[in-house]
Amino acid sequence: MPEVLKAPLVVEFPFTRSLGPVQSAFLTGLREQVVLGVRTADGRTLVPPVEYDPVTAEELSDLVEVAPTGTVTTWAWNHDPRRGQPLATPFAWVLVRLDGADTALLHALDAPGPDAVRTGMRVRVRWAAERSGAITDIACFEPYDGPAAEPGGHDGRFEDMVTGIVAPARLDYVYSPGRAQAAYIAGLAEHRTVGERCPSCHKVYVPPKGACPTCGVATSEQVEVGPRGTVTTYCIVNIKAKNLDIEVPYVYAHIALDGAGLALHGRIGGIPYDEVRMGLRVEPVWTEGGRHPDHYRPTGEPDADYETYKEML
Amino acid sequence: MEPIRDIAVVAFAQSDHRRTSDEHSEVEMLLPVLHEVLDRTGLRAGDIGFTCSGSSDYLAGRAFSFTMALDGVGAWPPISESHVEMDGAWALYEAWTKLLTGDADTALVYSYGKSSPGSVRDVLTRQLDPYYLAPLWPDPVALAALQARALIDAGETDETELAAVATRSRASATANSHAQLRGSVPQGDYLVRPLRTGDCPPIGDGAAAVILAAGDRARELCERPAWIRGIDHRVEAHSLGVRDLTDSPSARLAAERAGAFERPVDTAELHAPFTSQEVVLRKALRLDDSVRVNPSGGALAANPIMAAGLVRIGEAAARIHRGESDRALAHATSGPCLQQNLVAVLEGDTR
Ligand SMILES: [Zn+2]
Repeated sequence: MPEVLKAPLVVEFPFTRSLGPVQSAFLTGLREQVVLGVRTADGRTLVPPVEYDPVTAEELSDLVEVAPTGTVTTWAWNHDPRRGQPLATPFAWVLVRLDGADTALLHALDAPGPDAVRTGMRVRVRWAAERSGAITDIACFEPYDGPAAEPGGHDGRFEDMVTGIVAPARLDYVYSPGRAQAAYIAGLAEHRTVGERCPSCHKVYVPPKGACPTCGVATSEQVEVGPRGTVTTYCIVNIKAKNLDIEVPYVYAHIALDGAGLALHGRIGGIPYDEVRMGLRVEPVWTEGGRHPDHYRPTGEPDADYETYKEML
Repeated sequence: MEPIRDIAVVAFAQSDHRRTSDEHSEVEMLLPVLHEVLDRTGLRAGDIGFTCSGSSDYLAGRAFSFTMALDGVGAWPPISESHVEMDGAWALYEAWTKLLTGDADTALVYSYGKSSPGSVRDVLTRQLDPYYLAPLWPDPVALAALQARALIDAGETDETELAAVATRSRASATANSHAQLRGSVPQGDYLVRPLRTGDCPPIGDGAAAVILAAGDRARELCERPAWIRGIDHRVEAHSLGVRDLTDSPSARLAAERAGAFERPVDTAELHAPFTSQEVVLRKALRLDDSVRVNPSGGALAANPIMAAGLVRIGEAAARIHRGESDRALAHATSGPCLQQNLVAVLEGDTR
């Protein structure tokens, strides 16, 4: 068995999200150092505010200001902060019920150590120096000994409302392709194309996935296919892809390598795009250091008979 | 309410759950499990009336990752198939409703997850509310620790009792060759206080599969089918700050609607990845010391994300198949701090 192949895989998106009226007011408020809650029909004030009552599902819109001071309802000491978390130094995760609110907000508490934190302790908001209308406009909470702050009575109407957030997210993976695909990739490094034959229906899969999707059984018998093959079908690409250094128009084709039970994809070169045809016999062209064929070019053989590839269209 | 057809779990199989499985792709990990569960019934992939799976693209780091795994079930020519981006326990719920309609007499349910390629603590932050929570990256251990502190403050448990839950679970797992953490495991240092490494589940890769069958078909396929007497799932508010973290009203309601409180159960397989969550669930599900809780070792011994809930149903059913239980409760959870809960009640025929 070849060594396990591994490669870093980074999935990263700047998620752009629009806000409804309640979230818009709350996040705009944070930008202006105002904390807003939303009042329910039975008189509770939910902070952070939501658009629908979690008990009755009634739509909510009655915004009220609450204090930036509050009480810890539960906490957990995080001695080893992870990427993206509010503080880079050890801190407590806390749920805080702000004065004037009936529910608790999750955030971080800056404290010297776990012995300085307890349920019931008083805290206040520490605002971020630069605020944009996001939950991170609250930098964290900090211990606070004074009386409850008086909320300002803001009604949630601001000029220049924040209507959306951009939430960047990045996750890091180490991708391993598994046994069958690792063998395929290892073969390509030697300019060989290796498929796997199904023990039940005897079809040769290339690239192999380790399973026959028709029979639902594992495949393991390795079979070298190609290098030559037949164009089974194709399309002419007229739009240049971003970051792709290939002149349009060009031809992208399904190619049934000799001995393979299904066609794989590849670009056709070395022939004018309008002369590519079904049945054209082709062979791979490798570039220096390439990890897979750069493209396929005509072999000069007579075209394959339709009957020989009609099952692989 | 009595179900309109009798439906049973007739077979269960699972992989060995391990820290890494990087020598195998998802479908390569899954195939032996699918073959084992089919072999137990003598069915072939093509005989199955309905197939439903559970998995997560975020664990795999790839969009539509479940389509790769479909190669393992012989999805050509086309089969009747569905997928949930949830634990396989919810796929089983979908399959159960499909069998109730009479459209199929057998169903294959499978689920799998590889946590090893990424950082599961980071990955699971992406299931949180994207406006107020996800930008802070609170990981599942942190959220469970908030719940544990709330329980300790309420006098419902303490760190010694939590450690005992961990010890009992991993001692039970010595009899489970598939489990990842077995026997004597140190309680370890705090991961996020008050939770220590021992209070938290192992991170690993694994797969599970179950076959359901209706009525006489179930009796043909299994000597002692595990009849699903009731199954229900409930959800509560996503926001932790509006919930009472010391209780699980959604688990209690699901159990009530599944009929769990009508007669005592002898066994409970609980999907409680954190020791503190077992404390919450024992209370919500009214499980006293007469009930064998997690004889498999539970999620503290093996927690393949997306499969651990289906494993609970499978383990409960397998005990009924073997005659070690007559009436069992199986539970699965999803979301932060037991946000969503599914409860199934399984029974064997009277002996
Ligand atoms: Zn086959």
